[in-house]
Amino acid sequence: MDWATVLPVVWFFIIGFAVMMYVLLDGFVLGLGILLPFADDEDQRDHMMNTAAPIWDGNETWLVLGGAGLMATFPKAYAIVLSALYLPILAMLIALIFRGVAFEFRFKAHTSRWLWGVAFSVGSVVTAFAQGLILGALVEGMPLTGGKYVQGAFGWFSPFAVMTAVAVVFGYALLGATWLILKTDGRLQRIAFDLTRPLMLAVIGFMLMVSAWLPFLDSQLMERWFTGAHILWLSPVPILTVLNAITLWRAVLKNREVQPFVLALCFFALGFIGLVVGMWPNIVPPSMSIWEAASPPSSQGFVLVGAAFLIPAVLAYTVYSYRVFRGKVLAGEGYH
Amino acid sequence: MPTAEFLSRLQFAWVMSFHILFPAFTIGTAAWLAFIEGVWLVKRTDLWRDLYFFWLKIFAVAFGMGVVSGIVMSFQFGTNWAGFSIVAGNVVGPLLNYEVLTAFFLEATFLGVMLFGWKKVSDGMHFLATCMVSLGTLLSSFWIMSANSWMQTPAGYDIRDGVFYPADWWQVIFNPSFLVRLPHMVLAAFISTAMVVGGVSVVYLLKGRFVDRAGAMLKLALAFLAIVIPIQIVIGDMAGLKVREYQPAKLAAIEARWDTASSVPLALFAWPDEQAETNHYAVEVPHLGSLILTHSWDGEVKGLKDFPRDERPPVKIPFFSFRVMVGLGLLMLALALTGLWRWKRGSLLRDRWYLRAWVVMIPSGFIALLTGWWVAEVGRQPWVVQGLMRTSQAATVLPASSVLASLITFVVVYLGIFGAGIWYLFKLFRDGPLPAPQRGQPATPVHGSHHRTPARPLSAPDDPMGD
Repeated sequence: MDWATVLPVVWFFIIGFAVMMYVLLDGFVLGLGILLPFADDEDQRDHMMNTAAPIWDGNETWLVLGGAGLMATFPKAYAIVLSALYLPILAMLIALIFRGVAFEFRFKAHTSRWLWGVAFSVGSVVTAFAQGLILGALVEGMPLTGGKYVQGAFGWFSPFAVMTAVAVVFGYALLGATWLILKTDGRLQRIAFDLTRPLMLAVIGFMLMVSAWLPFLDSQLMERWFTGAHILWLSPVPILTVLNAITLWRAVLKNREVQPFVLALCFFALGFIGLVVGMWPNIVPPSMSIWEAASPPSSQGFVLVGAAFLIPAVLAYTVYSYRVFRGKVLAGEGYH
Repeated sequence: MPTAEFLSRLQFAWVMSFHILFPAFTIGTAAWLAFIEGVWLVKRTDLWRDLYFFWLKIFAVAFGMGVVSGIVMSFQFGTNWAGFSIVAGNVVGPLLNYEVLTAFFLEATFLGVMLFGWKKVSDGMHFLATCMVSLGTLLSSFWIMSANSWMQTPAGYDIRDGVFYPADWWQVIFNPSFLVRLPHMVLAAFISTAMVVGGVSVVYLLKGRFVDRAGAMLKLALAFLAIVIPIQIVIGDMAGLKVREYQPAKLAAIEARWDTASSVPLALFAWPDEQAETNHYAVEVPHLGSLILTHSWDGEVKGLKDFPRDERPPVKIPFFSFRVMVGLGLLMLALALTGLWRWKRGSLLRDRWYLRAWVVMIPSGFIALLTGWWVAEVGRQPWVVQGLMRTSQAATVLPASSVLASLITFVVVYLGIFGAGIWYLFKLFRDGPLPAPQRGQPATPVHGSHHRTPARPLSAPDDPMGD
């Protein structure tokens, strides 16, 4: 095997890792925004946002790594996917702007404080929804004609994509609720506990719906999962998912504080791994493979040398920052 | 309806022009904060801690806007410039990826410690976090200027089947114009910030608020500008020589020079006419053009007529932008030198005319930075990679209606969001460097409407005066 065969595989998993980190880490922050309307008052909303204020920016950077990494190592996929999904990506970027500035502006504003809460909340919902649309479009596949995507500005739109979009909103909300259980106590934690169970039911429901719907899609994702003996060696993923769901349910019933968040993260990670396994070896399903889309070994190798040192360093100081801000965030424990 | 390509160009110019202001300001402010905190660690006086927290809040707002507008940039190459991503992604993509890996995570993660960790980490650790954020902003400019300079003066590549392949990364990164354009940009960011630091101080001095803090900041800003602006002018001159060597059409557009000639004059003003290939109402100084551009009394400067019409940049934008940039640079130099003289005479903090002049000049660093950027980018047209790839080949084939929708959205959202952001910055400036929290005190509710409540119950001797 030569570099041109191996490096795209390595990068497929690195970018998969970056996107998964993004989904897990920004997922719970977006979840806070989705759950913001369920708080009793503006002080509780401040409290919710303060649990994520020191770390949200680093979390979001994983998305930028996914984007820049894709451009560096799979430029063709970057160009095709982003231009084909022009409108959902536009929606996501605009929503991320509102969500991001709300962290700063809400705490500088007086009379318009509630307005930046709305911006944070709507921005989070729209971001999650747009990411779900993008997910749905990728699962359904983006057929290329002569190497180009010719389905038009709304080619990504389908009932399935709308369902995955709603599913992602609920999924992020679940992450957000379990994060609140971990980081708060008292009334706010109670609200989070009460939200977690219906959210779990909804997420499990969506997972079943996606699984039931997939066979009816003309999706390459299905082939890997259900052809031949693949289901045998892939079976740990669905089995672990079921076990994970049961454990999560019990942890919430027992009012555990740490477990729900960890298990919700695992829930998402398993779903994500299922997706990545299904996509393999394509980066633009159903037909553009990682080798077709890859930049040359001189590019991929050059970035890999840096990534091999820098990603562990990033993880190390990310852990440091989470440790600095570990423990419960108290109400009114403020900004600056 | 305009073409999708034209709309994409407008959109890129719009989102980029907005974006560039915030990183530029945060590059400057982060270094300024590292300086302030360093001094505080040595001196341990309230003045320096109050200044730190004052600028920290301003930094946080500007950084937030830089982050959200930066995310837009990182997707823009794929959504609107798919041709560029496919053809040049092999070379430019890795540079941007290194920017994320070395700079963005560093900034974003340590920003949290910097903003919220004051009572959770030690003094030294907090200072380290500030330094890491500042280092992140500088590393970020390193990579982004490398990528942009490669587009101006490409090197270290092969072209196979119409696609760029990296041949020598050292040559790619340290391409011919990079080591001049990087310091030019970083110093522009520092100067813009110093103009604001001094500008905020003169407003306080004029109003008699925070006199001790304002006096200290103004003197620092002034000393910095008096040293750095002359250096910036020398580097700008070196950048001009690079343009002459590698991008002669850009230089011709900057000077609105139509015919190749030696001993060219310098046009102080003119109205370039691209149809008639001539200038109207020209006001010129003989020989000065050659002297500045070639460093000799009668050096040769190429004219636009030497280039086919479809390889000429638009003339008016580079011509006027360049004059605004240089003019403001000279005015800022005059401001700094006048200030030094007043300082020496002991009248700096009392001379109201001088202070008012500075108020007028506050935005000039940013205006010079923006116009300089337009000279660089518009002057490179019609190329996206100088001489090798046209902007028209770089654009994504999109329905024009999609791009129109996104352009309108970006215009409306940016005006609203960044308008609000600048409003909050002004509000922070109006509040001024109030007493900042000290360690070891119980957390005070400082969120929301209480955020101006001093976290320190008793005033210390060096509290702000006259406020």
